[in-house]
Amino acid sequence: MGERKTVRQQLRLLPVVPSVLLILLFLAAPVLWSFHASFTNAALTGRNARNPAWIGVENYARLLSDSAFPASVVLTIVFVVASAVVGQNLLGLLIAGLMTRARKPVSAAVGTAVVAAWVLPEIVAAFAAYAYFSKDGTLNQLLGGAGVAGADWLYAYPMVAVVLANIWRGTAFSMLVYRAALADVPQDISEAALMDGAAGWQRLVFITLPLIRSSIATNLMLVTLQTLAVFTLIWVMTAGGPSNASTTLPVLAYQEAFKFGDIGYGTAIATVLIVLGLVFGIAYVRLLKGDKR
Amino acid sequence: MTTAGRRRARGPADAALLLIGACFILPLLWLVFGSLDAEAGYQTRLPASASLTNFSAVLTPELLLRPLWNSLLLSGGTATLTVAAAVLAAYPLSRFQSRFNRPFMYSILCGTCLPVTAIMVPVYGLFVQLRLLDSLPATVLFMAATALPMAIWMTKNFMDAVPVSLEEAAWVDGASGLTALRAVVLPLMRQGLGVVFIFVFIQTWGNFFVPFILLLSPSKQPASVSIFSFFGQHGAIAYGQLAAFSILYSVPVLVLYVLVARGAGGSFALSGAVKG
Repeated sequence: MGERKTVRQQLRLLPVVPSVLLILLFLAAPVLWSFHASFTNAALTGRNARNPAWIGVENYARLLSDSAFPASVVLTIVFVVASAVVGQNLLGLLIAGLMTRARKPVSAAVGTAVVAAWVLPEIVAAFAAYAYFSKDGTLNQLLGGAGVAGADWLYAYPMVAVVLANIWRGTAFSMLVYRAALADVPQDISEAALMDGAAGWQRLVFITLPLIRSSIATNLMLVTLQTLAVFTLIWVMTAGGPSNASTTLPVLAYQEAFKFGDIGYGTAIATVLIVLGLVFGIAYVRLLKGDKR
Repeated sequence: MTTAGRRRARGPADAALLLIGACFILPLLWLVFGSLDAEAGYQTRLPASASLTNFSAVLTPELLLRPLWNSLLLSGGTATLTVAAAVLAAYPLSRFQSRFNRPFMYSILCGTCLPVTAIMVPVYGLFVQLRLLDSLPATVLFMAATALPMAIWMTKNFMDAVPVSLEEAAWVDGASGLTALRAVVLPLMRQGLGVVFIFVFIQTWGNFFVPFILLLSPSKQPASVSIFSFFGQHGAIAYGQLAAFSILYSVPVLVLYVLVARGAGGSFALSGAVKG
């Protein structure tokens, strides 16, 4: 009798099967395959494409001796910290904070402008950013109008250009998260502090920020992960150049695997990226779990 | 006093916000002006004579309609499949207690953290092995798999909001779980399902990298990939047409986003996605 009950209970889980199959086949299997392939000399074409050989940790050893890899790790960190952790996160918080004070039509209009850059298809946003930062582009036209000589941003300062473009593209997400969080902060606490003579920055640091702590943590984690995976924006704007000056890990993995056809080496780079993502992911899950208690 | 303080802060807050908003609008001006300018470059300028030449130039079956149709097949197929699979998965997770539930939900959450750009190399390998390269249905399956973790979380959160007591009557009448799901639960969470569908649709519509890697023949490529033929291939870039195409390609997702933001509220949709 008890056995029949557990069988019935397990049958209830049957509807989960399609999702599980899809996820196992298309997400879990590629991750496992990536770990495996990174130890082989698999290639896109030629003999090694059909019969890749096991070469142990050679790809990883090559990563460490290849000067492009450490450089692109540094560029990835710069890109993520500057555009996501600092740029999108702080600007999103600032905009959301200003919105609580500004007039309704103003915050609605500005909110739409910020969200527009985010909702546009990524390739369109990338083209717009390319045109904006080009030598004769809008930015330099504006600077010229103000009497300042602009630079050839995409060649002279490619990282500055892609970081700014990613802030422009992604800030809407942080803004939406913080708007929801600030709307949940009870008014009376903040007003009581105002009565006690707390200055604006004191109320922010000692009252508002602690109250929205969990939103800050969640937002930081999500924008970090999204930015870690950015490819299209960088690829359209600079293609990783000039001479690898803006080659982050996704761009490097793409170049090695698809442009140079070295799948084994490309998956080794991708594996590093997956591990980075999983580390953040596990930290994020623990954070959410801890939050519940 | 507080209201007076608030009012005093309004002026500077308005000014600061408007300045930020202007910075966000500026990069988009080129798209709008360029699309109307028959001689557009990548400079932003008011067109000497506004014309719809660029729009009529791209408005051909080859250039515009087929890529948009492919985008529709890809996004519509992915969103439909994702919602169907997510509803099925969310139902037992939301309604029946099991010791698998929590570990399952948290491993799924981990899956949302996987950088899709990183798995494209192995996925390409997998597609070569299974002879699935250049197949629209296979690309739909893959894109649905990448969208599923987030979709299951959102769907389960929406489903948890529908009280179980409403189904109990149906169970008493002898309806099975899935009948109760179809007849009682789904109608009550229509709006939530709409949010998930549109969320996945917009995401797929805008995705460039996945179809760029997995779909090879031009006749199968969606607009996000075919747009590239205006750009950079032979040095001569048809900027005006690129801008016009970009606008036509963006309109559907802008409309859908407005629908979601109106119907459910942007932050509401987000809380379905973000909260644990």
